Amino acid sequence: MNRREALISLVQISALGAISSAGAGVIRSDSHFPVGTQADALPSPPTPGALVYFTAAEAHEVTAIFDRLIPEDELGISASQAGCVVFLDRQLAGPYGQAASTYRLGPYKQGTPEQGPQFQLTPAQRYREALARLGDYCRTQYGTLFSALDPDRQDDLLRAMEAGQDRLPLPLGAEFFALLLQNVREGYLADPMYGGNRNMVGWRLIGFPGARYDYRPYLHKKGQPLHLEPVSLLDKAV
Amino acid sequence: MKTTRPKADVVVIGLGWSGSVVAEELARAGLRVVAIERGAWRDTATDFPPSVDTDELRWATRREILQAPRQETYTVRNNARQEALPVREWSNLTLGNNVGGAGTHWAAASWRFNPFDFEPYSKTVERYGKGHLLPGLQVQDWGVTYQELEPFYDRFERIAGTSGKAGVIQGVIMPGGNPFEGSRSREFPTPPLVPSHWNDIFSEKTTQMGYHPFPVPAGTISQAYVNPLGVRMGPCTYCGYCQLFGCGNWSKSSPNACVVPALMRHSTFELLTETEVLHINKSPDGKTATGVTYVDKNGVRGEQPADIVIVAAYQLDNVRLMLLSGIGEPYDPRTRRGVIGRNYSFQTLSYAYLWFEDAHLNPFMNTGCLAIQIDDFNADNFDHSGLGFIGGAGIQALSNSGLPIGMAGILPKGAPAWGKGWKQAFRHSYQNWAMIQGQGTSYAHEDMYFDLDPTYKDNYGRPLMRMTFDYNLNDKRSGEFIRQKCEQIAKAVGGQHIESYNFAADHYTPFRANDSSHTNGGVVMGTDPTTSALNRYQQSWAAHNVFVLGASSFPNNGGYNPTVTIGALALWTAKAILEHYLKNPGPLVQA
Repeated sequence: MNRREALISLVQISALGAISSAGAGVIRSDSHFPVGTQADALPSPPTPGALVYFTAAEAHEVTAIFDRLIPEDELGISASQAGCVVFLDRQLAGPYGQAASTYRLGPYKQGTPEQGPQFQLTPAQRYREALARLGDYCRTQYGTLFSALDPDRQDDLLRAMEAGQDRLPLPLGAEFFALLLQNVREGYLADPMYGGNRNMVGWRLIGFPGARYDYRPYLHKKGQPLHLEPVSLLDKAV
Repeated sequence: MKTTRPKADVVVIGLGWSGSVVAEELARAGLRVVAIERGAWRDTATDFPPSVDTDELRWATRREILQAPRQETYTVRNNARQEALPVREWSNLTLGNNVGGAGTHWAAASWRFNPFDFEPYSKTVERYGKGHLLPGLQVQDWGVTYQELEPFYDRFERIAGTSGKAGVIQGVIMPGGNPFEGSRSREFPTPPLVPSHWNDIFSEKTTQMGYHPFPVPAGTISQAYVNPLGVRMGPCTYCGYCQLFGCGNWSKSSPNACVVPALMRHSTFELLTETEVLHINKSPDGKTATGVTYVDKNGVRGEQPADIVIVAAYQLDNVRLMLLSGIGEPYDPRTRRGVIGRNYSFQTLSYAYLWFEDAHLNPFMNTGCLAIQIDDFNADNFDHSGLGFIGGAGIQALSNSGLPIGMAGILPKGAPAWGKGWKQAFRHSYQNWAMIQGQGTSYAHEDMYFDLDPTYKDNYGRPLMRMTFDYNLNDKRSGEFIRQKCEQIAKAVGGQHIESYNFAADHYTPFRANDSSHTNGGVVMGTDPTTSALNRYQQSWAAHNVFVLGASSFPNNGGYNPTVTIGALALWTAKAILEHYLKNPGPLVQA
């Protein structure tokens, strides 16, 4: 098993928060077990450097897509500048990307829209497949990759995907677009501990004070801007 | 090889709110009680202290504390002509997976039902005539009245530390409370929370409109409190990491914060965690239960014999366990016979979304249930003559949403969801968006029910439960009526870009954003064994030593959150067991 696979399987074991401080078994009035914050209570921030799930080529295309969804402008840096691609890479390598919480017993059938998603592929697999399909489509249509197209053409393609237009082959449709948009927002707005929201840029944009736990001193200041500096669970975030 | 544990007086399946309050009552009385909980032990200081809790991605987006569909799910279809498919991903339901159950992460809205909600059939016939009930509705009285439950509501609120302002005390209307509520014996245990800016805007305007706003009873409590079990709670800090989160302050009512510390002191109580009950076992003549069969986290099966079996899991699991165990006749929608799976109800939601211009709402200061409500259009509080429906909704201005990932897509129509302009739009929307929710009644219909799925299985090879549900005409009409009221108020407060919704106008789906998580019925209480599974003490008509506690008991849903009613009914049943059943085991009600 290579290092990437080992990382994935370790994360799967601790998925779903099923770590019990008391252990399974019988608990009675005379049971004693440790109480208090555990060493592994917080996830570790991604170590910068090599990608864990994406290939370099995939990450390059995701960067281009993400930077159209959240571009750099006067209100803040772009998604990739904020760390959203690193964020997504680690998410796809972990339980989320591996569909750890999804019911995956068959048979798989498509139902009514009301019956919701019936994906056989995991989120990680959906990205791999969709990025490959996007590469094929752009090469055929424009002779180059998505990342090399000019921004207007990139936006046009993304709008076509969002609207589920027929000119794009599946899976390049509304469902994959929704996944992209959800994940880039997560990366821009989650605690910087997860690799994105660099310098709390997403929180500063909207005035969200972050990892605070007591607003009682401010409750009476109704309808006023509070100008609270955001704080993160990550010690070094500024 | 199967282990057989020593016989207990009582085995309780599930240690959420209803399981923990009934176990505490019975263990304190000296009974040997064994509780079996599928999830793990959870402790505030270890599992959700403030240093871990302030993490939207982990707890709200990835839902790490909840029961995932991977562990267990159900199948769904809108009608019996469709094939049901599994709910494979996170949906509107938010089940627990731990000691404390959903009570650990809930939003903590702490309501009593309205007196009408317990007697919808007889009160409707009395006021409007039988013809007012639409064909197909399964509207029936519960067998217990609000007044009978009042002391148990009072007791549960005292255990939970509930914060609020009484509207009617011993028949006298009190200013500042809900004038439509059932009469209470006394005030709430703790005073109301500090309202938000949006709460104040709504209060002022609805008062001008002639309605009667009041603070929503809250389980995120306003001050430090010691409950009758001797357990201490802290004051809520309005941190905004509430619904879907454990509370790190001991200030959200929960089994963990309010009951379990007292429960664990009783030497006659034992708790098996990470252990799942597979089915309830019956005597050879099928007339009583003998205990349960379970499987622990290592896959080892065991048996817990007991004189009394109390089924206190989540509503869905209560119904499924009764079906899997063959206790009570399953409901057949073609013949309308049978009771297990009958009377499914949900929560009929209507909304108005609106945006202010420069309001500085500071939405991050919130709790899961910080809200002001008007009950003027709930239950039978208004004249329904000629309207063609029964019920209505509580209409509330909620301040319960301030976490950024969840709000990144809440934008007025026409605002860019991505690309140039999204940051500007999001920045404005975050501080100016407000929401008025109509949380409405829901009545059962003969075509909507639960049974066991013919195709899909759980991790043990047992059939999943199948839900056949769509909104009925009564609830479509009440939802539309309430939508219009929400929209009127949104206009009156000066909201812009107003959008309003009646969720019942569309087909039911488990995947609609901002939908309710309140699922009810399937093992309902009542006066008639041909239309109910339980008598008024939540005792099975089919097996006198089986009691089923939870929202599964509700023959209909009120225009309120269910938890405090679940807790009050659990205490009501505990008293019936202690004072009557133990002295003379057998049916407490003659059919």
